[in-house]
Amino acid sequence: MIELDNVGYNYGGGELLTNVSAQLSPGSFHFLTGPSGAGKTTLLKLCYGALSPTSGRVRAFNMDVKGLDRDQMAMLRRRVGVVHQDCRFLDHLAVKENIALPLTVSGKDMSLEEANLSELMNWVGLSERAHANPPELSGGERQRAALARAVILSPEVVIADEPTGNVDWEMSQRLLRLLVELNRMGKTILVATHDLSLIRAAKNQVQTRVLRISDKRLQLAGADL
Amino acid sequence: MTGRIRQLIVGDVQADRVVPPSGFTAQLTLFVAAAMAFLTVFALALSLASGRLADRWADELARAATLRINAPADQRAAQTAAALTVLEQTPGVASARALSADEQAELLAPWFGAELPLDSLPVPQLIEVLETEEGYDADGLRLRLQAEVPGAVLDDHSRWRKPLVDAARSLRRLGLFSILLIGGAMAAMITLAANAALAANAQVIEVLRLVGAQDGYIAHAFVRRFTLRALIGCGVGVLLGMIGVWLMPAASEEGGFLTGLGFVGWGWLMPLAIPLLGALVAFVATSRAANKRLGDLT
Repeated sequence: MIELDNVGYNYGGGELLTNVSAQLSPGSFHFLTGPSGAGKTTLLKLCYGALSPTSGRVRAFNMDVKGLDRDQMAMLRRRVGVVHQDCRFLDHLAVKENIALPLTVSGKDMSLEEANLSELMNWVGLSERAHANPPELSGGERQRAALARAVILSPEVVIADEPTGNVDWEMSQRLLRLLVELNRMGKTILVATHDLSLIRAAKNQVQTRVLRISDKRLQLAGADL
Repeated sequence: MTGRIRQLIVGDVQADRVVPPSGFTAQLTLFVAAAMAFLTVFALALSLASGRLADRWADELARAATLRINAPADQRAAQTAAALTVLEQTPGVASARALSADEQAELLAPWFGAELPLDSLPVPQLIEVLETEEGYDADGLRLRLQAEVPGAVLDDHSRWRKPLVDAARSLRRLGLFSILLIGGAMAAMITLAANAALAANAQVIEVLRLVGAQDGYIAHAFVRRFTLRALIGCGVGVLLGMIGVWLMPAASEEGGFLTGLGFVGWGWLMPLAIPLLGALVAFVATSRAANKRLGDLT
């Protein structure tokens, strides 16, 4: 589904990642961990084409990401739902409109999607906040809204960058349950986190693989987790 | 094509909302479009009036000539009669008529007053010559007059007609060039405003790309907004400009060229094309700016 083959990435003249190889197979659940500044976010961005590798190759859905034109890249983004740590929204739109944004930009008939949208809002527990503006949301609500926006087009892959970075334990467990549910629906999940307790909690619910970035390389984490 | 124009005008309510309403760029575009359209109306009025003037001068003066008989008083009548005979026999001359003493006095009145004693002054006899469509051979006529009427001098007005007509045509070209300059300036201003709006909305563009918006969709949202603003601004400018032209004094002999500035007949419909052209300029300028900006953001 997404494959990294000897990928390297240089940033600001220095080498951030080197010879990174990994494969996200359909329906898998991967955690990506490592110290701050190790390149977790960069690796995620390489996976969904926001960055191009300086060496090696990234393939998504059997397409070389580097060779995609801008329209093809937009199509790729519709197949990969992304949740950023800082959860950027369009602040002039209501939460419901922000969550529906992928439907809007892909030209879907909103009247036909209304039921799905309500169901999704309910699933992430934001029905009551549908008409609020993003700046009015708490950290946990923003993360859930971002997750809802990432999955509204029913993408095959969901990538989340530190989704529990700004929320308390209870909220992080709630977000984890949503991710696990998505995985059980057959979605491929890749979560970057430095929160080892989250990884341990996930291992109790679903089969996961943990990848660790260390010394510019990607390794499969061992039983210490 | 029709579908694209319809999509541009009708738009998509949801798509329109994804780009936040921007303050100063919206006002800047409206103001620039209105001001430019206002100036274009006047440049167009100037150009059309100059064109009319050039055509009228060229047409009126090209058909008329004056024959002046500078002869001693005792020979003046005989030479005038001889000149009229020559003119009657000249192909291309439609009519020739000697001006009466009263008509000549009237011509001199603006300089010497109405009480001019014409009989006591050595004023030459003037003969008005009107030519046919084909015209006459001025050089041939001069040679014949030289031989048969020694005191005759033919003035076909070309000496001063050409600079006048050239001046009027230059003025028309200047008006048209001004319209092009105004269009270029408007394109430049709208490009700047569009770039400012795109830069101010970099985060919006980032979010839209993240959720799978194609660049065409993002560009369309900006292009539509700027095109409609230019259309509205130009509409207001044209309306004000046309009122201004309409309030100008009507053409009169006394006022000369300045009072003839304006539109005549179907000419009043020409400014109505300005908002459409302004919208087209905005469409092209914003499309280019948006595509370049989005390309740079990749």
